Amino acid sequence: MKERFVGIFKAIGRFFVKLGNAIKRGVVCAARATGRFLANFWRSFRAFCGMIYSNKKAFAGAIILILFAFLAIFGRLIFPYDDKTSFADMYLKPSGEHWLGTDGMGRDLFDMIIHGTQDVMSIAIFTAFFTVGFGVLMGIISGYAGGWTDRIIGLISNVFMSLPQFPILLILSMFITIRDNFTLALILSVFSWPGLARSVRSQIMSLKERDFIQICSVMGVGRVHIIFTELLPNIMSFVAINFISSMKNAITASVGMMTLGIALFEPTNWGAIIVSARNSGAFAIPAARLCIIAPVVAIMLFQIGAILFSNGLDEAFNPRLRKN
Amino acid sequence: MSEFWSKTRRFFYKTKYFWVKLLVTLLTMLIVAVLSFVLIKSLPGDVVHQYALNLQNTLKVPYEEAYATAVRMLNYDPEQNIFSAFMTYLGGLFRGNLGQSIYLEDVTANSIIADYLPWTLLVSSVSLLLSFVIGTMMGVRMARKRNGATDTVCTGVITVTGAVPDYLLGVILLMVFGSVLGIFPTYGAYDLATVGHPWEYFVSILHHAALPIITYTIAQVGGWALMAKGSAVAVLGDDYVNAAVLRGLPPRLIERRYLKRNAMLPLVTSLVISLAYLFGGSAVMESVFAYPGIGRAFTTYIGKRDYFVVQGLFLFLSFFIILANLVADFLCGLLDPRVRER
Repeated sequence: MKERFVGIFKAIGRFFVKLGNAIKRGVVCAARATGRFLANFWRSFRAFCGMIYSNKKAFAGAIILILFAFLAIFGRLIFPYDDKTSFADMYLKPSGEHWLGTDGMGRDLFDMIIHGTQDVMSIAIFTAFFTVGFGVLMGIISGYAGGWTDRIIGLISNVFMSLPQFPILLILSMFITIRDNFTLALILSVFSWPGLARSVRSQIMSLKERDFIQICSVMGVGRVHIIFTELLPNIMSFVAINFISSMKNAITASVGMMTLGIALFEPTNWGAIIVSARNSGAFAIPAARLCIIAPVVAIMLFQIGAILFSNGLDEAFNPRLRKN
Repeated sequence: MSEFWSKTRRFFYKTKYFWVKLLVTLLTMLIVAVLSFVLIKSLPGDVVHQYALNLQNTLKVPYEEAYATAVRMLNYDPEQNIFSAFMTYLGGLFRGNLGQSIYLEDVTANSIIADYLPWTLLVSSVSLLLSFVIGTMMGVRMARKRNGATDTVCTGVITVTGAVPDYLLGVILLMVFGSVLGIFPTYGAYDLATVGHPWEYFVSILHHAALPIITYTIAQVGGWALMAKGSAVAVLGDDYVNAAVLRGLPPRLIERRYLKRNAMLPLVTSLVISLAYLFGGSAVMESVFAYPGIGRAFTTYIGKRDYFVVQGLFLFLSFFIILANLVADFLCGLLDPRVRER
C-alpha cells in the first residue's frame, strides 16, 4: 500500500520534473529567439536611426514628430487640463499663469492645445493606419495576382479616385454625425487608399520580375512567404513615407471638416479651437487673435515635421535622390 | 466582312485607353446618381405632404390637386416603387430639372448654380493661372541654380506654405489684411452700393476677390514650383541642353528656348487635370471668406436641409468634376502616348 503511494508520488514528481525541464527548455528557447529578434530589431533600428541622423531633414522632422508623440502620450499628465469655464477670465493676455492666455470661455489656451494633441494625433494615426493597410493590401493583391483580379481592383480604385470627395463628405454629413475619431478615420481613408494602392501595385509589378522573387517561385516557396518576407520588406520604406504623409493629409482634411461643421469633436481639438474662436468673432478682438494663431502654428509645426521627415526618409532610402 | 471585323477590333484595341476611361466615368456617374437618389428616398415621408399643404394655402386649390402638383414639381412620389421612382428621377435629370427648393418656390438648383458658379469660376481660374505662371517660373529658376541661395529660400518657403492647409492660410490672411490692417473686405463678392456704376462695380469685385485669389495662389504655387523643378532638372540632363551650352549660347536663351519649353510639356497635362477642380471650388475656403461661391451655397443649403436642392447641386458638382476628369484624361492620352500604353 505504502509502496503504491510512493510510486504514485514518484510518478507525479517525475512528471513535474519533466514538465519543469520542458518549460525551462521552452523558456530558454523563447528567450533566445526573443533575444535574437531583439538584437536584430535593435541592429536594424540603430541602422535606421543612423540613417535618419545622417540626414539633416529627416532628423529635424523626427525630432518634431517625437515631440508631438510625447505630448500626445504624456502631455495630459504633465499639464493637467481644467475644462471649467468662467466668463470673467475671457481672453486674458499671456501671463505666468496662462502661458498663451485664455480662450473665449476662460480656459487656458496652452493646456487646451496640449490636451488636444492626443485627439489630433489619434485621428491622424487611425487614418494613416487604415489608408496604408488597405492601400498596401489592395496594391499587393492586384500587383502580385495580375490578370482579372488586377483589372477589377484597378477599376474599383479608378471609380473611387474619380468620386468627388468633398461633395460626398458633405452629403454623408446629412445622414450621420461623425462623433468618434474611429469613424472619421474610416471615412477619410475611403478616399485616400486608391492612390497608394496604385503606386504599390506598380512597385510590386516591377519587383515581381526581379531574380530573387523568380528564384523563390522556382524553389516552390509559398505565396504568403514570398509576399511577407520577400516583397514587403522591399517596399517598407515607401510604406513608411506614405504613412507619414497620410497622417499629414488626415489632419488637413479633418480640420477642414470641422470648419464646415461636418464632424463634432472635443473642444480641445486644434480645429475646434480655431472654429469656435472664429464663430465667436475673434477677428475683431485683438486679444483673441492668439486663439487662432496658436492652433494654426501647432498644425503648421506638425505638418512641417511630417514633410521634413518623409522627404528625408525618401532621400535616405532612395539612392537615386541621394546622388543629386 | 472579316476584314471589317479585324479592322474594328484593331480600332478598339488601339483606343482601349479611352474606352476604359469612358467606362469608369459612366460607372462613377451612375454611383453618384444612385447616391443622390438614395438621399431623396431616405427623406422623411411628409416632405411632399408639407409642400402640398404649402401649395394648398398659396394657390387655394383642394389638397388632392396640390398634392399632385407637389409630386410633379418635386419630381418625386413617395408611393411609387423604387425602380419607377428612380426612372422618374433620371427622366427629370435629363430634362435639366435638377431640383426644386422645399421652402422657396422660385429657387431651384438651376437658379442657384447660375447665381453662384460665376464667382467660384472667377476666383479659381484667375488663381490657377497666376499660380501656374509664377510657379513654373520659380521652378525653372530653382532648377537652373540648384543649391544656390534662390533654391534654398524657395524650398524653405514652399515647405512652410505647403505645411499650412489652404483654408487656415486664408484665415490668417483674412485676420491680418482684413481685420488688423483693414485693407481688404472680409466678406461678400461686391459692395451693394456700387451696383449700377459699371466701373466701381468692377473695382469692387476685384477688391473683394483679391484676398481669396492671393490665398489660393500662395497655396498652389509651391506644388507647381516643385513639379516644374523636377521636370526642368530632368531636361537639364538631356544632351541637347548640353550641346546648346557647348555651342556657347547665352544662358538666358537656353533657359527660354531649350529649358522652359520642354519642361513645360508634362506640366500642361497636370494643368488640364487641375482644371477639373475649378468647378468644385473649395467649400471650406469659400466659407472662410464668406464668398458667395458654389461650394458655400452647397454648405448653406445642407445646413437648411433643403434636400432637393442639395441633391441637385451635389449631382451637378459631381458630374462636372467627373466630366472634367474625363476630358483631362482624354487630353493627356492625346498629348502623351506613354499614358495610353499603361
